[in-house]
Amino acid sequence: MSSAIYLRRRLWNGFFLALSVLAAGFGLIWLGFILGALFYNGFAAIAPKLFYEMTPPPGEDGGLANAILGSVMMSTIAVAVGTPLGLFAGTYLAEYGRYRRFAFFVRFVNDILLSAPSIVTGLFVYEMIVVKMGHFSAWAGAASLTVIVIPVVVRTTENMLLLVPNGLREAAAALGAPQSFIIRAVTWRAARAGIVTGVLLAIARISGETAPLLFTALNNQFWSTDPNAPMASLPAVIFQFAMSPYADWHRLAWAGALLITATVLTLSIIARVLQPKRSQ
Amino acid sequence: MLARLVPAEAMSAIAERALAVGRGGAHDTRFRLLTLGAALVVVAIFAGVMASLIIGALPAMRQFGWSFLYTEAWNPVTEKFGALASVYGTLVTSLLAMLVAVPVGIGIAIFLTEICPRALRRPIGIAIELLAGIPSIIYGIWGLFIFAPWFQEHVQTALVDGLADVPYLQDFFGGPPYGIGIFTAAMILSIMVLPFISAVTRDVFETVPHVLKEAAYGLGCTTWEVMWRVVLPFARSGVVGGAMLALGRALGETMAVTFVIGNAHHIQKSIFAPGTTISATIANEFTEAVGDLYLSALIEMGLILFFITFIVLASAQLMLRALERRAGSAA
Repeated sequence: MSSAIYLRRRLWNGFFLALSVLAAGFGLIWLGFILGALFYNGFAAIAPKLFYEMTPPPGEDGGLANAILGSVMMSTIAVAVGTPLGLFAGTYLAEYGRYRRFAFFVRFVNDILLSAPSIVTGLFVYEMIVVKMGHFSAWAGAASLTVIVIPVVVRTTENMLLLVPNGLREAAAALGAPQSFIIRAVTWRAARAGIVTGVLLAIARISGETAPLLFTALNNQFWSTDPNAPMASLPAVIFQFAMSPYADWHRLAWAGALLITATVLTLSIIARVLQPKRSQ
Repeated sequence: MLARLVPAEAMSAIAERALAVGRGGAHDTRFRLLTLGAALVVVAIFAGVMASLIIGALPAMRQFGWSFLYTEAWNPVTEKFGALASVYGTLVTSLLAMLVAVPVGIGIAIFLTEICPRALRRPIGIAIELLAGIPSIIYGIWGLFIFAPWFQEHVQTALVDGLADVPYLQDFFGGPPYGIGIFTAAMILSIMVLPFISAVTRDVFETVPHVLKEAAYGLGCTTWEVMWRVVLPFARSGVVGGAMLALGRALGETMAVTFVIGNAHHIQKSIFAPGTTISATIANEFTEAVGDLYLSALIEMGLILFFITFIVLASAQLMLRALERRAGSAA
């Protein structure tokens, strides 16, 4: 009688543990499928002219040079604007705000922005910039990416600054350093690797961001360095080309997808290497 | 009187120090205000998003009122707009995705904390987290060119044929097998949000005190019984918080869904039928929308999406925050 109970419990145990192994296999298989398809289709389309020819009309040969330039330009502007803002806001939360009610509020709002649908922030930039300027532009595209960069940098900066031991701050304060000096010369320096990680993660996040660019930077078939005009970007071009019925465009879309994924994976691996070990 | 006691040169040194301290203080204030200003920018962005969506949606709100929420019609030509089909698609794809992703995500977390050999834990954990790093447009292009055709040929046709004579089920799994549609979008969403659930769940599992697990093992529990009766109840709010976070992502996900949903403004019984979601509708139609009312209707859909995700994300945060506090006080 009791051995039947033991057997049943053991069987259930084996059954559910097997299920959880299957679950892990399920996750890994999809990762394998996605990366496999990406490399298989992407490598076939990778050629040097991707980097110096413009996006072609259907049926012609071409590259992705204008889209790559657009992505790099808009991401650079977004990171250049978003990083200092995020760094200061994160510093406020970790060093000045901490337990103030206002800081809790900012944290709450920031975490909402961190996970809010990017298409909604795109609508915000459309209303604020595109409508006011009267036309689509790379400035608007960069602004929508900035809105995505800021919360990422705020979150990681705060987390990393909180990992800095208070003893360091107290030692510097005991030497008579003003608080602003302590923050810049001691805590920022101690948390530097972690803060850089946050910026890298933010770049990884925006390099594949598509939705808000569709109605801020729009797209551009030609080489353009004018931030006041519509600008192509890799994700927007992938969207346009993949949804089209032309085989040439599909190949370019795969090549672009491989470029983006390679960038994102490289950035996240570097970020992981840099990331300081959490104190357990 | 001080001047008589302290030599003149020492006096000036003291004055200089006092000035330096004063300068430091002034600098301190400026720096603090700078960081405070940056924090205010974060709040301003949030307020700006809300305000601009509400203002942009006003014309559509005035025109359609509450009927916008329960009208299915979406006709740009006659300017009759209703969000029902998109809201329905958003909710159904996300809920289907959660049905798959929650059990699988928890399974992965159990695997990583209990079963996996120690040497493999980190690499497998990182590999699963890489799924979260892949941009959504990559899922989209993969879903369109690889997953949907495969699914259509090998799974969908068999299911449609197999269930053709079963009452009820034939309605939900019926219709022509297009490959793209609500169900395909939900499957891709579930793969996308999987890492969020498993990462949060694994982290909460690790906060469970070892004593609790050891006590249960000491009573003779099997690994599964320890997980199901001790670890999961203890970690419940964290797991639910992680799932809500993932749900928030799934609801707002745009590109992966836009590629494979089929963009049909109808509600159909079959989950294999093409549909649309709020984000897919906005992404597809925004730049082509002519007329203020059309644009305003799309922005009002954005407002609805923001409202739904706000509620989901806010409750996720409240649960995870409460957990953090508990972990903090236990440490």
